[in-house]
Amino acid sequence: MTEVSPALRILPEILLTVTGVLVMLVESVLGVKTSRKPLGALAIFGTLATLVASVYQLQLPAGTAFFGTVQSDAFSVFFHLVIGGIVLVTLLVSLDYFEGHSSYVGEYYALILFGAVGMMLMTSSVELLMVFISLEISSISTYILAGYRKRSATSPEASIKYFLLGSFATAFFLYGIALCFGATGSTNIYEIAKGVAGGASPLLLTVAFGMMLIGLGFKVSLAPFHVWTPDVYEGAPAPVVGLMSTAPKAAAFAVLLRIAYGAYGTLAHVWMPLIWILAILSMTIGNLGALTQRNVKRMLAYSSIAHAGYLMVAFTALAPMGIAAASFYTAAYAAMNVGAFAILSYLSGFDEKRTNLSDYAGIARRHPVAAAAFAVFLISLIGIPFTAGFFGKFYVFTAALNSGNAWLAVIGLLNSGVAAFYYLRLLAQMYMVTEEQTVAPDNVHARPAFVLGVAILVLAVFALGIFPNRALRLARAGAATFAAQATAAQNISAAVLPR
Amino acid sequence: MAVPIAWYLILSAALFSIGVFAFLIKRNIITIFMSIELMLNAVNLAFVAFANHWHQVSGQIFVFFVMVVAAAEAAVGLAIIIAVYRSRETLNVDQINLMKL
Repeated sequence: MTEVSPALRILPEILLTVTGVLVMLVESVLGVKTSRKPLGALAIFGTLATLVASVYQLQLPAGTAFFGTVQSDAFSVFFHLVIGGIVLVTLLVSLDYFEGHSSYVGEYYALILFGAVGMMLMTSSVELLMVFISLEISSISTYILAGYRKRSATSPEASIKYFLLGSFATAFFLYGIALCFGATGSTNIYEIAKGVAGGASPLLLTVAFGMMLIGLGFKVSLAPFHVWTPDVYEGAPAPVVGLMSTAPKAAAFAVLLRIAYGAYGTLAHVWMPLIWILAILSMTIGNLGALTQRNVKRMLAYSSIAHAGYLMVAFTALAPMGIAAASFYTAAYAAMNVGAFAILSYLSGFDEKRTNLSDYAGIARRHPVAAAAFAVFLISLIGIPFTAGFFGKFYVFTAALNSGNAWLAVIGLLNSGVAAFYYLRLLAQMYMVTEEQTVAPDNVHARPAFVLGVAILVLAVFALGIFPNRALRLARAGAATFAAQATAAQNISAAVLPR
Repeated sequence: MAVPIAWYLILSAALFSIGVFAFLIKRNIITIFMSIELMLNAVNLAFVAFANHWHQVSGQIFVFFVMVVAAAEAAVGLAIIIAVYRSRETLNVDQINLMKL
């Protein structure tokens, strides 16, 4: 077997970093009045190159580099493509968003790229030190992005809430890593797996897992740790919310999958009940919370909590199937949620003048195309067949049923029924209520980049809903990389603890 | 005579808990931010104690990275705090409540 150059293992991250640095350098040379759009175009090309590089990584044999800290395999490539796709569409959608409103647009593109570097590294790192650093790269970038409408009153508030609770969560995650290190003497996922299988103190390991779960639970807004979500999503700029409600969550879920199945595979009976509780709480609190919201962004924030709960249902399924279902769900959820927030950013503009449910009355007549695209994303969020959301839910609940978690699937399906109500309420508001005369006519224009971004998302929603096989095959290939590790850990467990 | 590792861990857990409680009860953003730093340093103590216990240098290397990241976080955090102060002229979290939970 030929040796793969270590640089190739992190090629997508290298490309993104170089593009981000270039954007920052060129930004400082440009005059104050110059349009920053070329920088956005540069960032888009960098992201495209990254996507190509990720696909190229698929041909490499799975393996680690840099002293076993990063690993490129089908699993990491799947999440790289999801995150790269989200970043690409976010850049397209926000290319015209800041026009004439902010003089820091160059930094905006650079921050998105640097954040994406962190998120991508999270999905490929198999060393908790690396996970921690990349988690912070992604978090610090998104803290700043959340406060980008800095002249409004709500945006800095969103930023500070996100920052304080995010750092609080990071400290918990870090304490979990420290305890894990204390129990096994290593921070490498595979070494930890050996320690876990080899009978390291189960109490310490369980507390460590709980701490890491709290930390990651905050990042993906699982139910007892979700309090920041509605406020931050309400205050942050809509395109940024589209990004930060999907990409960092995908990365955090990838980390959670690696820790739960990669490192703690043999302690599944310990962490499974915790995941059960989080899944049920997130689904229920998310959906019931969304029912009472009048603000559309807050409603979508609660809906994202519920979707994180559906995703946790997949965690309780048996290993290969659950991992594949969870991976597929992140992709499906990303397509529809980024889309919903893209349309929100278009309809309400930079100063967010359409925030309440009533502001969307009769919008279908005034913006028929945008309303149709919004309807597609909402229908997908409900989970109606021929959309990505349907197959995402279908695989998650089938995986749960096949693993004997019928009750969890039933609770999930009941929740989907509740969820349909508030999505349909928005749809009805858009299509059936006649417009109020008091709303001033708005002059929003769809720019080519925005149309392209939304078109990509609509296509992705239908592609994942009608031809899910290609994405599912990649998700399964990613899940298969865990199966090999799990058997290895089982063998160690059998050798150390003869029964 | 060497101090047993348990003492270090108890101190670390105590510091971490103080940080958590301070985070929850303090009302000034700067103080809340300080309690996060206290939590991070409690973790650092645990890392160093465990590194000594396992005779593994990797735990001490981890501490360096935690300190670097904490510095980066402080830079961004203080900038955000200034942005909040400019728009509100207060640092009391109870008054930064335009968006209700």
